[in-house]
Formats: sequence, structure tokens, C-alpha cells
Amino acid sequence: MPLPYYVSPEQMMKDKAEYARKGISRGRSIVALEYGDGILLVAENPSTLLHKISEIYDRIAFAGVGKYNEFENLRIAGIRHADVKGYSYSRGDVTAKALANAYSQALGNIFTQDIKPFEVEVLVAEVGDANGTKSEIYHILYDGTIEDEKNYAAMGGQADEIRRFLKDHFQERLGLDEAVQLGIRALNVTQNKSLSERDLEVAVLDRTKLRRKFRRIPAEALSQLMGTAR
Amino acid sequence: MKMERESGWQRRFTEYATSSFLELLQRESPHLLPDLKAGGEVPAGVPHGTTVLAIRYREGVIMAGDRQATAGFQVASRRMEKIFKSDDLSGIGIAGAAGPAMEMAKLFQTELEHYEKVEGDNLSLDGKANKLSQMVRMNLAAAMQGLAVVPIFAGFDDKSGVGRLFKYDITGGRYEETDYDAQGSGSKDARDSLKKLWRRDMTREDGLRVTLEALIDAADEDVGTGGPDLVRGIFPTVKTITRSGFNDVAEDEIRRVCEAILNDRAKAERS
Repeated sequence: MPLPYYVSPEQMMKDKAEYARKGISRGRSIVALEYGDGILLVAENPSTLLHKISEIYDRIAFAGVGKYNEFENLRIAGIRHADVKGYSYSRGDVTAKALANAYSQALGNIFTQDIKPFEVEVLVAEVGDANGTKSEIYHILYDGTIEDEKNYAAMGGQADEIRRFLKDHFQERLGLDEAVQLGIRALNVTQNKSLSERDLEVAVLDRTKLRRKFRRIPAEALSQLMGTAR
Repeated sequence: MKMERESGWQRRFTEYATSSFLELLQRESPHLLPDLKAGGEVPAGVPHGTTVLAIRYREGVIMAGDRQATAGFQVASRRMEKIFKSDDLSGIGIAGAAGPAMEMAKLFQTELEHYEKVEGDNLSLDGKANKLSQMVRMNLAAAMQGLAVVPIFAGFDDKSGVGRLFKYDITGGRYEETDYDAQGSGSKDARDSLKKLWRRDMTREDGLRVTLEALIDAADEDVGTGGPDLVRGIFPTVKTITRSGFNDVAEDEIRRVCEAILNDRAKAERS
């Protein structure tokens, strides 16, 4: 029987982290930002069928970057978590915080126990009510690290640059069109071409909607939103 | 009800790929499903929902129900809702044992929404009707003890562009009706009424009138069914399902039509 050779835990974690980060940095980016009526999510995604952004529950949305099959797995697990919880308690008891914690636990476990870590980062966003409860955005990394972000978040390829851009340009209570334009400009920072509506997947959690707040913005509506302030 | 499953990647196709909330519960949390194998006698006095109906009209379907739940010879509730939105283009009306029926409606709603979120697409109307059939069948053991649930399912079929409606029996049998149908203790009277009044291609206004005539007739003949309650201001619920979605008919409008019907009937009595 061959003797397993020794690798120090530090080295193993470092290797795994590097592996995951490399995978994620190859992917395209996503930004989330709060605007007047809710939360806007903008992803660079040329496919109109394979989504990176999707609905989890009434007030909760999900976004993932990295390896599609891995975040798709997490997305479905999230929908299951939310639907079972909402079914056994009440719809109002399903929160982004519990879901983000579940993702953090899952990714943390995978990172330490599996040979190959997930090459993903996910966002969980929950829009607040009109009567003043705050919106929440959670950012969960490949190793289970969880952060709650204020006002805006970015992840994927060159997220640091995008975050720096948003830090300088973000304003509160933007209209949807201004927010869309800001989000796209932020994604453009890392590009050498400017993105058109065909390269983008955009959705909002719109608190003015009844019950299910999630809404996709189709390409035609998006080009209008992009054009209004030109 | 755990089943032996094949191992490895193949499991993904049977397990992971199911977009059904019902199957998820059966697999992961069977304790959340209604316990259908409860033995023994069901005590009398379990509230029952009484009359629901659905009719086709020009733009789609109208669904309506009275508001009373009846337990034996007692009124259990005067304000029960029996028509539920199951998704944007369909609704479910429930008759029979009120508790299991409401649970079934909730499970069905969650099922449709779950599928839509996981798949990113809606089930076809036939798919929805079939799923409901399975849920009614699950209730068969309870039905044999007197806790039958018999829903009506109606919706707008966006593929063929028409409203369609389905009735069920306690074994999960599903029958598509082309014109109208009613379920519950007052259903025979409501159907008799609709038989005389329903016409093909009615306008919304006529459809609403016919619907409420049928419910008032059912309340007239069946002791379990509640009529318009002018004293408390409780009126039947009426919903329309059309291409543009599932909509409530405003209570004011229902009240107006009910009052008109009752006035006409009072006039006919006096003359």
C-alpha cells in the first residue's frame, strides 16, 4: 500500500484557494447595487438562456460567478431551502441571512473537505420593504467567507477594480435608468470594448411589485434604460 | 418513502433533475406532508368547504365560490376563501374537507412556483392539471375516511389561447370540461342553474351575472352553502383568469351584481 505523502495544512489550503481564485478570475463579473426602488443586478452574460441571476423567493435573488454547474447546484439548493422553509413556516420567515449562512456553511465544508473546492462566488440579495427595513446584500466566497455589503457589491473576474469604481461613483436613491447605466459603466471598467444590451443579463428586486419582487429586464427594455440619459 | 437509487452521475438525472417540490418533500421532509395514513374514525364536525364553480367566457375563465365552511349542521366560518391563485395564469377552487383542501392548495401553489424558479419556465396547463391530479390521488386514503378533497382547476392556456377548466374525482381522475362545472355540496344546484343560463362566448359582464346567479341558487337550495350576506357585508369571491393574468373581481362590483339579482328575484316574487 503506497504511503500517503505529507502535505502541511497551510500548503493545502493555499493551493486550494489559489486554484479556486484562478477559476473565478477567468469568469465574467457581476455587480449588484441598491437604487431607489430596490436592488439592481447586472451580469456580463451573452447567453439569454443560461442565467447567472435568478429568483430564489419573494424578496430574494441569487447571483453566481465562476463555474456554471457549481453555482447552478447552489442556486437550486437555495430555492429548495427557501421553498421548504416558506412552506413549513410562513413566506415572511424566509430570509436572505439564513440562506447566506447556509451557502457559507456549504462552501466552507466543500473547501475544507473535498479535494476540489468550488470555483464560485455567490451573492444573495434581499430587498427591504417600503416602510424602511434595509435591503441586504451578502457576498459568499469559495471558501465560505461571508460578507455583508452595503449599497453595492461586485464579484468575478476583476471585482476589485469594479468595486473601486463603484466606491467613487455610487450614489443613493438612483433611478432605475441611472442605476443601470452606472452598473454597466462599472462592468465596462474592466473591458476594452463597451458592453451592449446583448452582452448583459439584468434583473431587479423591485419593491413596488406585489409579493414576488424579482423581475428580469429583457433586452428591449434594457436598451431603452441605457439610452435615456445619453 | 426512500427508494433505492442508482449511484454516481446517473443519480443526477433522477434526483437532482426533478423540479418538483412535492417530490422534494417526499424525499427530504416527509413529515411536512399531510399524514395521509391516519387510521381510525374521523370525528364528525370537521369543517367542509361547500360550493365552487368555474365557467368559460369570451376572454378566459371565471372562478367563484361561496364563503361558508360548514361543520355538520353548524357554520364553521363565514369568510372562508375557496379560490386561490395557483400562478399567474391559473387558479384552484377547493371543495371538501377544508383543512386538507387548503393544504393542498398551498402545496400546489408552491409546486408551481418551485418548478418555475428551478426550470426558469412555466409548466404547461396540462402539466399543472396533471400534477394536481397526483395530489388529489395522494389524498385518497383520507377521502375514504370522509375527508375528501375535490378541487376545480382552471386556467388560461397560453399555447392555444383559450381558457380551460378541469374537474377531479377523489381518486385523482381528471376530466376536462368545455363549458362550466361546479363542485361541493351545492354543486348540483349550481350546475342546474348554469345549464339554463350559460351561453358560449359570454362577455365578462354576463359571465359575472351567470356565476353569481348560480351561487345564489346553490345557497338557496343547499343548507351548507352561504349566500350573499347583506347584514355582514360578505359576498362570494369571484376571480377572472385571462391572457393578462389572474385578477380579483372587486367586492363592490360583486355586491352590485348580487343586489341586482336579489332585487330582480324579489320583484318576481311580488308580481
